[in-house]
Amino acid sequence: MDLKGRHLIDPRDLRLDELNGLLDLGLAMYEKPAVFDQTCRGKILGTLFYEPSTRTRLSFESAMLRLGGRVLGFSDAATSSASKGESLADTIRVLDDYADVLVMRHPREGAPKLAAEYATVPVINGGDGGHQHPTQTLTDLLTLKKHLGEIQNLKVAFCGDLLFGRTVHSLIKTLSRFPGMEFFLVSPPELRIPSHLKEELLYEYDVKITETSQLEDCIEEIDLLYMTRIQKERFFNEEEYIKLKDSFILSRDKLAPAKESLLVLHPLPRVNEIQYDVDEDPRARYFDQAKMGVYIRMALICAVLGVELPC
Amino acid sequence: MLEVTAIKKGIVIDHIPAGKGLRIFEKLRLDRHQAQAVLLMHVKSRKRGSKDIIKIQDDLTVDLRILGLIDPGITVNYIENEEIIEKQLAGLPQKVKGLFECKNPRCITGVDDCAVPEFTLVPNGKIQYKCSYCGTLTEYKL
Ligand SMILES: [Zn+2]
Repeated sequence: MDLKGRHLIDPRDLRLDELNGLLDLGLAMYEKPAVFDQTCRGKILGTLFYEPSTRTRLSFESAMLRLGGRVLGFSDAATSSASKGESLADTIRVLDDYADVLVMRHPREGAPKLAAEYATVPVINGGDGGHQHPTQTLTDLLTLKKHLGEIQNLKVAFCGDLLFGRTVHSLIKTLSRFPGMEFFLVSPPELRIPSHLKEELLYEYDVKITETSQLEDCIEEIDLLYMTRIQKERFFNEEEYIKLKDSFILSRDKLAPAKESLLVLHPLPRVNEIQYDVDEDPRARYFDQAKMGVYIRMALICAVLGVELPC
Repeated sequence: MLEVTAIKKGIVIDHIPAGKGLRIFEKLRLDRHQAQAVLLMHVKSRKRGSKDIIKIQDDLTVDLRILGLIDPGITVNYIENEEIIEKQLAGLPQKVKGLFECKNPRCITGVDDCAVPEFTLVPNGKIQYKCSYCGTLTEYKL
């Protein structure tokens, strides 16, 4: 795997073998983090957060610090005036002298791609509007790999808001590239995945998809349950929201018939879609998932910097 | 029928849906070029009932990709010595840059002059183009 100097804007920027290589490196870092603690000595990560996202920023900063590198950056809504001002191109041409690798979070979709066109150092997309958040997808994949081994022949259910959920779109598209995947899409009819995405999955990746509005339909056979939040404002009226919301809340009862090896993930923060008593179930792995985010970001930073690895 | 003499050298844009000729005239900015040009409107046609035609004398460097977006059935005839030497169906361009804007209000291309989207035709049977920055599909309508 040689990712030196590469940008990561969209998960599709990585070939399947490169994805697997990164996941292997992420697992190695998780198992023996101390081995890597000087890997990025002398390197600087620039965090350009044009909108605040504390968890993503801290995860990147923690990753760089654990590699022995340093961080600088900003996380300031005021910097990100949406009005016409200095082009991002100019900003990047200045800032990319200050760091060896940049991570950008921006409310405008496509902003990290624009940054990558002008940067001389690797740019990592830390989330651009409702578009892409590739390191979240990598985090999900690493959690999967850690708990279920090789990513193949899995039955995966996505539950909740599948229409607007960027996390879901990116993960489902990326998982589709792995062999033998089957998907159950559990949502109210109003919040099903966009039709263009469904067409793309069916025709481009030839995966098996079942759409349903009942988690009960698939809970016994799935290997991964990916929960997302249903926002009240997505509904046309309060009545409909109240009627539907309980169907998409995970409780211990609903989880009971599932496999022992099932993995329950959620990109966090959750509101009420997973009841608190589910947390004690060994199948609930969403806090572990947040932890894995640091290790995959460590792997990614090392890979795009092309630093020498101790093993 | 209104008589317009044949042109010696140039191009004839034919099979323009009736009424859209003026728009093409504008889009190609023919008023600003030095070339002699005529727009024929509501010409009787066996196939379509009526159509518009644009004839342009002499060499002209204009971006003809816009034609396919107006109607993929438009044809372009290249004329030399009063004869058609090449006939092209406009068709839909696979890639388009600079002709229209991304319809996604959250796209970086709406606020940053350095981001000019390149649109790629999506092979889904609809006339939809994908923005190179945000991935949003924009249906093209003139
Ligand atoms: Zn766009």
